[in-house]
Amino acid sequence: MAQTPVDPLAFTPPSMHGEHLLDPPLPYDITKRASAASVNIQLQQFVANGTTAKDSARKLVMPATFGEHVDDVRALAGSIKQHTLDHLDYYLEQFIDRATEAGVKVHFAADSKQANAICLEIARQNNVKLCLKSKSMVTEETHLLPALESIGVKTIETDLGEFILQLDNDAPSHLVAPMIHKDRTAVGRAFARELGVPYTDVPTELTQIARQYLRALYPKADMGISGGNFLVAETGSVVICTNEGNGRLCTSAPRIHVAFVGIEKMVPTLSHLGVLLKVLARSSTAQPLTCYTHIMTGPKRAHEHDGPEEMHIILLDNQRTQILREETREMLRCIRCGACLNACPVYRKIGGHAYGAVYSGPIGSLITPMLRGLDNYKDLPNASSLCGACYEACPVKINIPKYLVQLRADIVKSNLGKKADAVFFRTWAMTLKHSLLYRMGGWFQSRMFRLQAGRTLRKGSPYSARGWLNKLPGPFKGWTDQRDMPTPPAKNFRHWWHEHQKSKGQ
Amino acid sequence: MKVSFFVTCLTDTFYPRTAIAAVKVLEHLGCEVDFPQEQTCCGQPMYNTGFHDDSRDLARRMVRVFEHSDHVVTPSGSCAAMIRDYYPDLLKDDPAYAQGGIDLAAKTFEFIEFLVNVLKVDLKAMQARWEGQVTYHYSCHLRGIGVTDEAVRVMKQIDGLDYVPLPKQDQCCGFGGAFSIKYPPISGAMVNDKVGCIASTKAPIVVSNDAGCTMNIAGACRRQGVAVGFKSLPEIIAEGLGLLPVEQPDPVTTPASS
Repeated sequence: MAQTPVDPLAFTPPSMHGEHLLDPPLPYDITKRASAASVNIQLQQFVANGTTAKDSARKLVMPATFGEHVDDVRALAGSIKQHTLDHLDYYLEQFIDRATEAGVKVHFAADSKQANAICLEIARQNNVKLCLKSKSMVTEETHLLPALESIGVKTIETDLGEFILQLDNDAPSHLVAPMIHKDRTAVGRAFARELGVPYTDVPTELTQIARQYLRALYPKADMGISGGNFLVAETGSVVICTNEGNGRLCTSAPRIHVAFVGIEKMVPTLSHLGVLLKVLARSSTAQPLTCYTHIMTGPKRAHEHDGPEEMHIILLDNQRTQILREETREMLRCIRCGACLNACPVYRKIGGHAYGAVYSGPIGSLITPMLRGLDNYKDLPNASSLCGACYEACPVKINIPKYLVQLRADIVKSNLGKKADAVFFRTWAMTLKHSLLYRMGGWFQSRMFRLQAGRTLRKGSPYSARGWLNKLPGPFKGWTDQRDMPTPPAKNFRHWWHEHQKSKGQ
Repeated sequence: MKVSFFVTCLTDTFYPRTAIAAVKVLEHLGCEVDFPQEQTCCGQPMYNTGFHDDSRDLARRMVRVFEHSDHVVTPSGSCAAMIRDYYPDLLKDDPAYAQGGIDLAAKTFEFIEFLVNVLKVDLKAMQARWEGQVTYHYSCHLRGIGVTDEAVRVMKQIDGLDYVPLPKQDQCCGFGGAFSIKYPPISGAMVNDKVGCIASTKAPIVVSNDAGCTMNIAGACRRQGVAVGFKSLPEIIAEGLGLLPVEQPDPVTTPASS
């Protein structure tokens, strides 16, 4: 069947943008999506392939670059972010002054609604019809695209992954590799269906299709939207790091550039930026730098050929000033490198959509409850084995496990947890505070288990021969749903110790 | 050298032979080992589930129990990490126990860590001998205490031990305490990945030192029908030095003989 490729300028891709995927009904229960993901072998393969490769590459490139000083560099990068957060009010003021001097129109948005409203107003005032954007998690956070669509502004994603997701009514599932959960056959099908091109799944051909399509749009776009990896207070600059070059085209070809940036992206000076750039791409994709690093300081000057005539920066709060309090401030160090996602064994099994939010993985499990309410996302801090791989991977040394536990404690303190949990753990704790209760509890548990084990009980050494249970009762059923349970052996260590002491004559 | 042994609640009940082996090895290496009887639990389950007041009470108790110890050695990496990484912070606002928390953290060691980094054991020189092919699972909480390849180095000192590296050795097995019961599909997917890696090595024995990991992985191997046996490194060392009789672990899938 002969197909006619669509005219890029005439075609309007769907803009629902997988809203339902990143904005599920609240409070969010992870069970359904996590269960579905855990039996979706294909999803696990795609996600595992993507994450394992990047994680392994990071583990090689960091010591290869920094030798014995990997931890020192991470500590330095972390302390730069921490310092900036500790004095964010000062650096925000400086940034606004410098950016304004450079010709930028700086806006402050208290929340998503305001951020979108500012952008829509800019679009209206300038009669914007076509808008191109580069990847920005913040614009996902504010649900910008449906808002632009509602006033008739056609908005096309230019990051290849995001573009494909837009065509496919899908949503990003990774901070840095948005379509890690899809493979090239899915891309081929989406292109054939939406762009009227013959099906291919050869990566170079797919890239050419996207390139031709998108390049037709750049000269015609009225507005370009970007995010920001960093804000530099000293110069009033916005920095974006991309591999595809779409960021550069988006922010310089159209007449108007609007950058959406969270206030926590601030760094003090270009020198400090240098340190963070050294660890960002290395932690993210094991590259020394991304192919393009754009440091944008104001719109086109009178004597310059290229650049937007008008540049806006929308600084977004949206609960970040709440996270800024001392107990949680460290979470804001995040430079969105995605290393924690790549290292996380949970993320590797369930993928990003299972977190039910824009920000997934370990860092997402921290900031999503903070941004959208702990009562709405109780599962996220709990759905972790606290293995610490994320902390080890983080280039700015955010102690993610510590904060996950802190959020769990907040859930308990606010009475958001299950009552049964409180009863169980507090009772257990009580028996542990008395040595006799502990010993009796242990004895009882051991007898019960061994009784239930029946014929599986092996004869042999009293300190190692055991039996097995394949069904645990009530609240413990979760264990035996997935694996058998070993019983204790006949005797415990304390018994041996007493014998041991007797044999030593003590 | 005076060592106080912290057996841990799980090891005491479920894997006592690991603890017995550890004590025998420490005594063989010349340590004077005592066992403060009042010990119960480090409080990690309460800490990880957010019951911090209870966890703090148990931390205080631990500080008291081991107050007079020079060194506290435990076969569980996760309990050592709880004490080292979290006790100082947990107790920092209690003037009566703040210093005690710091002191206990400073003198607590995981068993293999203690052998390698403090006692500087050389099993080759001691002519340790143990025949068998094993693969090794790296328990996550060793990250927290800066223990990396100590166990592998020890295994390589033992004559006759054929060590086969485990693919994705340091990927979490999915235990995580309450996590394994509260999020079964995720935990199950993680442990099944671990079982797949173990099966791929074709090694008959898995060395796993943390009781929680062992219960989880062994239980999953049995459920999946992967016939491997589980041993802890303290047991292998004790057997290798002739301190304990060699005991072939039952492959977890073998039905009971009666």
